[in-house]
Amino acid sequence: MLGMDAQPSKTTLIHRGKRIEVRSGSTLRDAIRKAGFSPEAVLAAKDGELITDDRILLPGDEIQLVAVISGG
Amino acid sequence: MRCRTCGAPAAINMRQHKLALCRAHYVDWIPEQTERAIEHYRMFTRGEKLLVAVSGGKDSLALWDVLHRLGYGADGIYIDLGIDAGIGYSAKSRALCEQFASARGLQLQVVSVPGAYGSSIPDVAKQSVRGRRKPCSVCGLVKRHIMNRVCREQGYAALATGHNLDDEAAVLLHNAMTWSGGYLVRQAPVLAATRPGLARKVKPFCRIYERETAAYTLMQKIEYIYDECPYATGSSTLYYKELLNRMEEDRPGAKLQFYLAFLQAKDQGLFAPGASGESELHDCPQCGQPTSAPGKCAFCRLWENIPPVAPSPGLGPEKEPGDAGEETS
Repeated sequence: MLGMDAQPSKTTLIHRGKRIEVRSGSTLRDAIRKAGFSPEAVLAAKDGELITDDRILLPGDEIQLVAVISGG
Repeated sequence: MRCRTCGAPAAINMRQHKLALCRAHYVDWIPEQTERAIEHYRMFTRGEKLLVAVSGGKDSLALWDVLHRLGYGADGIYIDLGIDAGIGYSAKSRALCEQFASARGLQLQVVSVPGAYGSSIPDVAKQSVRGRRKPCSVCGLVKRHIMNRVCREQGYAALATGHNLDDEAAVLLHNAMTWSGGYLVRQAPVLAATRPGLARKVKPFCRIYERETAAYTLMQKIEYIYDECPYATGSSTLYYKELLNRMEEDRPGAKLQFYLAFLQAKDQGLFAPGASGESELHDCPQCGQPTSAPGKCAFCRLWENIPPVAPSPGLGPEKEPGDAGEETS
């Protein structure tokens, strides 16, 4: 039987207003890839400050992804 | 990851340079790199007056900010294309450029396409063969014409654009896929003014990744238009940028190497003389701007059948009382 903490811990990525839940504990770079984005095409910010993608995601983190590629 | 310079938590990691920096050191690193490119490609000198083409996007505003911080005399030009698309795209981007210029005491010239020529870009595109499917080609033609005219008439030494490494690499890949010799020969960080009436064009960000210009803009807290141009969806530029980013993920530095190796190969004679296939230029009999087309230039022909206002060759930039762009020198 599963214990009280069986619910996997989640981190939220926010991209153009859309919230995407990912599993905590991985690197931000892996999470960006798993969410279907290229790490080369986004920047990540936490609490308004840019962070590098080697950061290990913690439960409850909210990471804003900023798209950087324009096609004009 | 830590800043290589001071050991503080890094705000950005540039894998192609094996370099991580904190905010404070990054916002100085970008102007240093820009200055290096300006000097390396002999783009312009501090005594020369520049015109920066600004769109309200991250690259052009970052470039204007960097040139200003480096002490270059640079005015801005914003071309209001009259694009609304339900989101007030042009109005928003124009306001951001005006706000940027006003906060720094910089001169911004605004040229309104609907105001000066009587039709917005989407409207004129719909009525022309060139823009019937998508207005991007018409948009490029109109912008190039206006920027060249303002630059030439007002004696600017060069027109600086915010093209970054991703822009340059995407165009290069696109042209290499079709072996478009003429375009490949002409692609360079500096496009010389090869004849009177043609403005010198420079791209000081040509070695800086798009991700880096975006990071600079965010770190400098420059407000820019985040929305993509409504007509850019599905553009070939986006497609090639995505392809290049897939390569970059596996091989950091792939985009930079692709572009720099191309420039080097070109310098070493990759293309035979005359490979550009460039026809001789002459002055358009209507507006006086250089053109390779027989007779009138493509810009003047574009407006010929568009009601209600015909183009006026001598039409100056839009002047607004109290606007930061009212004075130009």
